[in-house]
Amino acid sequence: MGATQTRSGQEYQELAERTGFSAEQIRNLHKRFQQLSGNEDTISREHLKSIPALANNPIRKQIIEAFFDKRNQHGNELGSYEEIGFEEFLMVMSHFRPPTLRTTEEEKEAMRKEKVRFLFNMHDTDGDGKITLVEYRKVVEELLSKSGTIGQEAAKAIADAAMLEVASTNVPNMVSETAKLSRGKDCMVACCSAAVTGSCRSRAQMTSMKGLP
Amino acid sequence: MFWRRAAHGRVGFRRSLPELGLLLLATLVLLEGSVLPLGAASSPETGITPGAGVSHGHADKNHSETKHKKPFPVLGLNYDSVKTPFEISLWVLLASLMKLGFHLLPRVSSIVPESCLLIVVGLLVGGGIKLIREEVPPVLDTKLFFYCLLPPIILDAGYFLPIRPFMENLGTILMFAVVGTLWNAFFVGGFLFAVCQIPHASLSHIGLLPCLLFGSIISAVDPVAVLAVFEEIHINELLHILVFGESLLNDAVTVVLYHLFEEFSEAGTVTVLDGFLGVISFLVVALGGVLVGAFYGFVAALTSRFTYHIRVIEPLFVFVYSYMAYLSAEVFHLSGIMALIACGAVMRPYVEANISHKSHTTIKYFLKMWSSVSETLIFIFLGVATVEGPHQWNWVFVTATVILCLVSRVIGVVGLTFVINKFRMVNLTTKDQFIIAYGGLRGAIAFSLGFLLDIEHFKDMREIFLTAIITVVFFTVFVQGMTIKPLVELLAVKKKQEAKRSINEEIHTQFLDHLLTGIEDICGHYGHHHWKDKLNRFNKKYVKGFLIAGERSKEPQLIAFYHKLEMKQAIQLVESGGGSKLPSAMPSTVSMQNIQPKNQPPPPKPTERALPQLTKGREEEIRKILRSNLQRTRQRLHSYNRHTLVADPDEEGFQDIILKKQKMMELDRKIKEMANYLSVPSHPKDSPTMSRARLASDPQAYNIKLPAGGVPTIQVDLASPQSPDSVNLLDEIGKAEQKEDSGLMMKPPESNGPEKAGEKDGWRDQQKLTRCLSDPGPGAEEDEDEPFLP
Repeated sequence: MGATQTRSGQEYQELAERTGFSAEQIRNLHKRFQQLSGNEDTISREHLKSIPALANNPIRKQIIEAFFDKRNQHGNELGSYEEIGFEEFLMVMSHFRPPTLRTTEEEKEAMRKEKVRFLFNMHDTDGDGKITLVEYRKVVEELLSKSGTIGQEAAKAIADAAMLEVASTNVPNMVSETAKLSRGKDCMVACCSAAVTGSCRSRAQMTSMKGLP
Repeated sequence: MFWRRAAHGRVGFRRSLPELGLLLLATLVLLEGSVLPLGAASSPETGITPGAGVSHGHADKNHSETKHKKPFPVLGLNYDSVKTPFEISLWVLLASLMKLGFHLLPRVSSIVPESCLLIVVGLLVGGGIKLIREEVPPVLDTKLFFYCLLPPIILDAGYFLPIRPFMENLGTILMFAVVGTLWNAFFVGGFLFAVCQIPHASLSHIGLLPCLLFGSIISAVDPVAVLAVFEEIHINELLHILVFGESLLNDAVTVVLYHLFEEFSEAGTVTVLDGFLGVISFLVVALGGVLVGAFYGFVAALTSRFTYHIRVIEPLFVFVYSYMAYLSAEVFHLSGIMALIACGAVMRPYVEANISHKSHTTIKYFLKMWSSVSETLIFIFLGVATVEGPHQWNWVFVTATVILCLVSRVIGVVGLTFVINKFRMVNLTTKDQFIIAYGGLRGAIAFSLGFLLDIEHFKDMREIFLTAIITVVFFTVFVQGMTIKPLVELLAVKKKQEAKRSINEEIHTQFLDHLLTGIEDICGHYGHHHWKDKLNRFNKKYVKGFLIAGERSKEPQLIAFYHKLEMKQAIQLVESGGGSKLPSAMPSTVSMQNIQPKNQPPPPKPTERALPQLTKGREEEIRKILRSNLQRTRQRLHSYNRHTLVADPDEEGFQDIILKKQKMMELDRKIKEMANYLSVPSHPKDSPTMSRARLASDPQAYNIKLPAGGVPTIQVDLASPQSPDSVNLLDEIGKAEQKEDSGLMMKPPESNGPEKAGEKDGWRDQQKLTRCLSDPGPGAEEDEDEPFLP
């Protein structure tokens, strides 16, 4: 592990502060990163595509894209990378941390918002800050893609219905966190939050990293 | 806020209701009291002579006057031969009438949970019978309870168990069920033994093992009581599933502990080996029960695959297989309750995909009916059995029991939650813990287990135990049951969200599932999601194909959900009585379909698209109306909860609607074509079919007229004063349905083929329409018209 030995405890420390993981977890993730990248410094899309278990996942492409999306790096850039390093990998993973007993209410709110934004970015493929009907249709189509030959009609109908539903929820009453967010994003966030908190209570805080080998 | 409800109702009416209730009660008590002694007093020899009942009076005379020809008995009395069924029916009738009665007394039933009222009724009836007959029939017979009264309730719970929250919280539930019950049993048993050693209480004859046995009986949370009370308080799903799941799964623990201590009470000592065997026994009992249940569940699912031709007995398979699972588990001393739950939960997705929706409704209603009656009977019998005894009141023992039960429950829950919260995503707050602790109700199962105690081995102790059990049950049901509702309000515990599950939720749930599975795969972590995903794929690939008939096996979950949702909303639309106003929340595919022909993406503001745009004129109107209204109406869908029924989205009319939807899509394509050529108003002398082929020229308010009787169809009539000939196409279809009574089959119209040019096109399109309507569409496996089912 030649070059990576320079990743001393200090660097881990810094990363731990930025992402909220513990040193142990970062070490584990680093090992996994090495495994995926074939001991190189960066990962490209092909590396992730080659994971055999992902082959059956209908939204594989979106997930892989999410890793390369600049918007998920807690910055304000748009666009996507070609390859990502360990830091970026870690940043994306940090979206999935659960809150501990010690996190305060505001921190929990912020985490929740972050997660919803991650989801939003996954849907908003052209990066304009809005989820259009076409993009949403694509989502539903992808979801149904592994399920065999269901007609385009059905996917379209479902996406349309969902969009109508979003539109009919109480958009005017929702207070947007920043004025910059567009209407579409508000709708989606409201819907996501509702869906996420309503139906997936425990999923709102996503996978715990504790079980990593 | 309970008093608010009492403000309804006319005063005079209300005044008479309690009197009515009491009158009812008195009648029934008298009836039972008077009928039963008649049975007892009747002479034992009642041979059934052919043709006539033997009158009791004549029976005596016969001995002495055999030579006399007695007059032909015109009216005889023969109670004995119908005694048992008669009494059973009387009890069931009492239970049902009581249920009716409570709903007529809204004021009382909002304060006191139904279970309490039923116990009181039982007490009254028991008291009444005792007064009249000096002896109460042993109604809470253990066999009756465990084989007749309990299974319907458990099957109802298992069949309609919400699988997803159950599985998500399975770890927590198991912790509470297993560890919590063990803790309760040992704590209560141990401390009671200590209490028994107090010199002044006359309890020193109760040894350690009997105490532990008692502890194990009393420690289990009772599913019947929990269901009865929690049904009415509508707390959020998480708490409900935690307490309820615990009450179901602790049966295995109870069974093992009970048998263990019962066996060893005779022997007197317990060794480490016995303890070890006990643990193994627990695993065998629990897993064995689940396996037996799952096996029967699969067999039931497989059977339902072939019931295509005989839909009528489908519900029977569900019930009988489940009951067999229960009994089979009981044969091997495995946990019958777990078997029943496993059977119901396993068979449900496959069976529901296979059976007709009438069968589905039947199953649902029968289960709810039986479980409702069972529950009522159990509580009434509890009251009666209390009056019957045998009792031996011992202040020390009883108070110690009650206090210890409460204390151990609280300590258990708090301690366990502390441990569990380390592993849970969503932690259990103090409020949650309080509700879980407070909701640990004991009920009839504990009492029946106490009854089961061998009289020989537990000579002096049995009565004391029974009294204590009854006291605890009464305490939990009355005190805790009555106060839990105001406490829930007081603590502002989250209530059950009444919002129906939306399509977005479904999409996002699936999306998140896949996302999390993907992330787990990227991490290389074989977590919870990974295995769930594997199981789902295995299920889809192999199991569904094997167990589900026909095309349904390939249908992805999202599509199925969407269809159900659409159908439900369509029914709502129909019931709201108008085709003119579309509720804006309805996700009609109409306005969005407008976007399809356009090439550019729709404007970004979704709010503007919320209301359907009618700019396309008459075509859109027709399309909308046809799409949403062409279906059979059903009986009015009342929504019920468990004492009433939950209106599932997968209620009636599912496959029917899909069928019709597909027809509608074809139909509207035809209409689109037709709109291009039909603009010539028809001659009045035209055959009605031709004129009907014309589209309505004005977007009018369409009324949906329900027919007076017979086959429910929808006719769409024009409300406009326009020419009466311009009736919509639907009329034809409606009439055809009425005539034919066999789905949407239209005979080609009988008119003489007109030769006029314009009409020829119309005729051609008419034919196209008839052809499309007579096409049954893909996957039409549903035989809707059972002649002997209404």
